[in-house]
Amino acid sequence: MSTETINALAKFIAEKILKQPNKVIAADEALISSGLIDSFSLMDLALFVEDTFGVRIEDTELNADTFDNLDQLAALISSRK
Amino acid sequence: MTTLPNLLQQSYREVPDKTSVILQHAGQPDKPLTYRDLIRGANRYALTYAREGIQPGEVVILILQHGEDLVYSFWGAILHGAIPSIMPFLTEKLAPEKYRADLASLISITKPTTIVTYPEFEAEVRGALVAGDSVRHVILTDQIEAETEPNFESLQGFKSTPEDIVVLQHSSGTTGLQKGVALSHRAVLNQMDAYGKAIRLGPASDVIVSWLPLYHDMGFIACFIMPILLRIPLVKMSPFDWVRAPYRLLQSVSQYKGTLTWLPNFAYNFCAHKIRGRNLEGVDLSSWRAVINCSEPVHVESHDLFYEKFSAYGLRKSALQTCYAMAENVFAVTQSPLDGIPVLDEIDRETFMTKRLATPPKPGQPTIKMTSSGRPLPNVKIRVVDESLNDLPERAVGEIAVQSDCMLTEYFNRPDATEAAIKNLPAQGGVPMLGTFPAAEDGSGSVSANSWYLTGDYGYISNGELYVSGRKKDLIIVGGKNVYPQDLEALASEVPGVHKGRTVAFGMYDEEEGTEEVVIIAEADSTDPSKMEAIADAIRKHVTKSSAIALRHVKVVDDKWIIKTSSGKTARSANKEKFLKELGAS
Repeated sequence: MSTETINALAKFIAEKILKQPNKVIAADEALISSGLIDSFSLMDLALFVEDTFGVRIEDTELNADTFDNLDQLAALISSRK
Repeated sequence: MTTLPNLLQQSYREVPDKTSVILQHAGQPDKPLTYRDLIRGANRYALTYAREGIQPGEVVILILQHGEDLVYSFWGAILHGAIPSIMPFLTEKLAPEKYRADLASLISITKPTTIVTYPEFEAEVRGALVAGDSVRHVILTDQIEAETEPNFESLQGFKSTPEDIVVLQHSSGTTGLQKGVALSHRAVLNQMDAYGKAIRLGPASDVIVSWLPLYHDMGFIACFIMPILLRIPLVKMSPFDWVRAPYRLLQSVSQYKGTLTWLPNFAYNFCAHKIRGRNLEGVDLSSWRAVINCSEPVHVESHDLFYEKFSAYGLRKSALQTCYAMAENVFAVTQSPLDGIPVLDEIDRETFMTKRLATPPKPGQPTIKMTSSGRPLPNVKIRVVDESLNDLPERAVGEIAVQSDCMLTEYFNRPDATEAAIKNLPAQGGVPMLGTFPAAEDGSGSVSANSWYLTGDYGYISNGELYVSGRKKDLIIVGGKNVYPQDLEALASEVPGVHKGRTVAFGMYDEEEGTEEVVIIAEADSTDPSKMEAIADAIRKHVTKSSAIALRHVKVVDDKWIIKTSSGKTARSANKEKFLKELGAS
């Protein structure tokens, strides 16, 4: 389940946010603190998570303290399901 | 003529209990500040500047985030007669070493004596200082004098004259930070007066709502200095909160019956695409009398998207307006009349591209829809000139030149840049010119009768309206932020494997986003696809961390791809054309 979640998130980030479909994103790679995901795209990620997994991430949570890599984001999603 | 400190003092005496600013922070209750709060808070900083021995006329750099300290430290500098300038705060996107380098570059030209920041950020600031530079004080927000009743007689800012420089505005990046636009009290107050008339600003009825940062003219002048000086309530949220939750802007307009907002073009698309209905329940936008599109090229499609999305919540079509503005004129140059919708001018594409003329559409031929930026403010004159500074007729595209009584005094400590931008133009004879404002012949104000500011923007005049069509100076505007391509090219050149100086950066309009996206093309040693991909990745990381600009396309090419010319400007347009052709073909 977690691998599936991570794969779906990685695909979305590479294709829709970074527009580099071939980019491989490691599960422990920093996403927010590294600047990889632009602040303008955090909303897109939150909306994708909501539509795909039915889990809501509040806007005040869209920062590196809540999650900073795919592992942490997948854990957050499963904890709220 | 009065000065900014005098206006603050009058507000303190006349309307101490009136709400001046409502500061919003996501997850916290709103924080209203009355004029009494604002001026007493500013006075604490003025006393602190005096305690530290800071002299009037010295530059104070403010490195603070959205919040009370930024507001007080700014107006405190004004009360003290020091010259404040607001610098962006470090974000996750930017590498700290690059931030320090930008700060050091600003210090080397602007020569501030003082920096104000948070205790947590002191080390970062000190890391940018070098022995022998101009900075003598780093003031921390926990070292500020206690609140007392302001003693206006002893505050140094009351000795300022209208001609004194009151603020500096910088744009971003290495190049932008080295050109501080210096504005006098007179220029700021003349702009307020003229712009206030153009938008029929009313202290009894208007409420400005803004998420814009204060280090950019639109947020700084229209949504900070103007409302505070003219007693218009200002609801101000953090740009960081807005970008994560754009619906907050609409909720605030609804809650506080906001009447005026300024947005860069991309924000119309961003709001239309990213706000969900559940965040708009009960929202009423009928109080919004103008949402003014400014600081990026205006695209009518963005207005349409915004209207389609929010008309169900009371947004009026007539609220969607346009403005052409620049820090060098304090802020606005033109404004669309607020009683209708901005004029649309549909022109023939081919004639526009090849002959630089805006002519009526030809049957069956492709067209371009140009949106008017409106008419000049009552204190502004505009003309359009060719390369040799000769006036052009109506509907001919040329460089826009501006004259007003609210122009910059100079680029601070940059006589070379000032001289390059302000030119003497001969009086006109029978050519179109917008505006009737008579230039001051007596030397009052900063410009003489023949001085015109050459904006570096291209446009044309038709029927008393100004249409802005492009830029002469190479500048990419991404999400309302000005970026110099030469800065990005230099950064890409630093990446190992890239041939130094063989990089090209340019902007490409993205219709979905409503703004320009940055493309970088870089020449590299290797033709091995996996190595080229690794270099592209390294360029993305390095440029983003060093400029806080996300790149849309990075193309790594061999040594035959890039078209080389003697000027960076022609190289950029030639390579952009080649890139677009390949993109279209693939």
